[in-house]
Amino acid sequence: MPVIELSDVSRAFTVTSRAGLRRTKREVRAVDGMSFTVEPGEVMGYIGPNGAGKSTTIKMLTGILVPSGGSIRVAGVDPSRHRLKLAKRIGVVFGQRTTLWWDLPLKDSFAVLQKMYGVPMARHRENLATFVELLDLGDLLDVPVRQLSLGQRMRGDIAAALLHDPEIVYLDEPTIGLDVISKARLREFLAEINAARRTTIILTTHDLDDIEALCTRVMVIDHGHQIFDGTLDGLKSSQSAPRTLVVDLATSLPPIVVEGATVTKVDGPRQHLSFPPTTSAAPLLAQIAANYPLVDLSVAEPTIESVITQLYAPTPS
Amino acid sequence: MGVYWAIAVRSLRRFSTYRIATASGAFTNTVFGFILCGIYLTLWHERPGLGGYDTADALTFAWLQQGLLMPVGIWGATTTGELGERVRSGEIAVDLYRPTHLLLWWLSVDLGRAMFQLVVRGGAPLLVGALVFDLKFPSTPQAWLAVAAGVFLAILVSFGIRYLVALSGFWITDTRGMEQLALVLSTFFSGMILPLVVFPGAIGAIARATPWAATMQVPIDIWLGRNPGGTGSALLFQLGWIVVLLLGAQLVTSVATRKVVIQGG
Repeated sequence: MPVIELSDVSRAFTVTSRAGLRRTKREVRAVDGMSFTVEPGEVMGYIGPNGAGKSTTIKMLTGILVPSGGSIRVAGVDPSRHRLKLAKRIGVVFGQRTTLWWDLPLKDSFAVLQKMYGVPMARHRENLATFVELLDLGDLLDVPVRQLSLGQRMRGDIAAALLHDPEIVYLDEPTIGLDVISKARLREFLAEINAARRTTIILTTHDLDDIEALCTRVMVIDHGHQIFDGTLDGLKSSQSAPRTLVVDLATSLPPIVVEGATVTKVDGPRQHLSFPPTTSAAPLLAQIAANYPLVDLSVAEPTIESVITQLYAPTPS
Repeated sequence: MGVYWAIAVRSLRRFSTYRIATASGAFTNTVFGFILCGIYLTLWHERPGLGGYDTADALTFAWLQQGLLMPVGIWGATTTGELGERVRSGEIAVDLYRPTHLLLWWLSVDLGRAMFQLVVRGGAPLLVGALVFDLKFPSTPQAWLAVAAGVFLAILVSFGIRYLVALSGFWITDTRGMEQLALVLSTFFSGMILPLVVFPGAIGAIARATPWAATMQVPIDIWLGRNPGGTGSALLFQLGWIVVLLLGAQLVTSVATRKVVIQGG
């Protein structure tokens, strides 16, 4: 049974703009006709450009915003009607905000959470011990939150969101501003929690490495519409983002002429050629080797960034 | 209930970390205590028995007034100030993710703050005042109990007012005007400028009936044993305002929550 179910969900906002004395009201549909389900234990990347409707969706899923149309069920309940009840069963992390007590040691925030969610003491201790070990929080428990680095604080926030064994965790840009090592550590932790507890994770991010590292499923939205829902590989192959062939020649030459590919960049003796994903690189290579002094070469697959950029680009309709 | 207690304890602990601010604040309260004593001594020298107070009453009033200023939050408090800031910035939405009631959460936070400030910002100036002047103190355990109740209720009344001011941000984009108004009303009607007992006639009667009177004038009168209708009616007066304000606060909370949830902020 799905843990999250949306059917034909919409959310409109009334935006008032004022020009001189005239006030005009217009309706903006932040989310429009969204339907999907999420199974327990799934890790879904939820991506889209700013203003695509990501936060609006998360707000509706957590019950702090009522949809204007359609229906939502999360963990078997209507979120906005049972917000307080649902709050005990979900965890939320905002990368840019903290729910920890700023001036107090980290452990105080955890102690309040234990009471807030009514976690049995034994279970709380067990969870805390696990998180302290996995997130390396041991030395930080007695440090006031304001003295923690961003990476340390984020680890604290993630632990805080998971202490009550939530069924679903919403992570809003959890790795924003973190260095490479902190990011890797967080991803590793989330993957472990997901594997060990089958916690459903909904991750919104602009960092596509998060998606690559964690998500079994990706949903891309733009202008309130789903524009892709599937696996990461599916996403990559769904788009005809060009592949790139990089060749190193013996000398600098003007752009070479190859049938089936076009030179996109000349960098001294190195030339970048772009060719469609449906084409094999072998015949291109044969051509180049036959006509030019080829020294070395490499083929670059389209990056997930380029795939998504292409998805967001307005399509002629 | 355990969670709200835990929150209040953490809030108290949080305020105890601001050591320098607390010490300098207590020092300021003490200095103002002396200044007020100078003014009151002059006033009661010229008009002995003004408002039914003798000189010892007036001097005690000055120190209690300085002692209650911060704990009660006559000029606002950090906690409800932060709440107002969260409403303005929209960060209040984060509070709705918690399985706790907004009003009770902030009330617990405020009570923790008040308890800490009562001991340090209230106790220190009073101690200095008592060493220098001949102040009045409650003489029986019952009187002390009544004072404790009166101060606790005063904090609740003040919280109710401050909470409503903070939540006005849901409807008014800029709440600074509202805060200014609240500050002026609170300063005058609490008895911060002069004990309300000195105002004659209708002005005095009206001033003593406002909720602000319940935040300072009334608890100090309980300490002095000078409530016109006795201590019991003074506590009932405070309770009455608490019921009105907290019911109002709960109503405003649910309307504001609905506004966020339905209109989207």
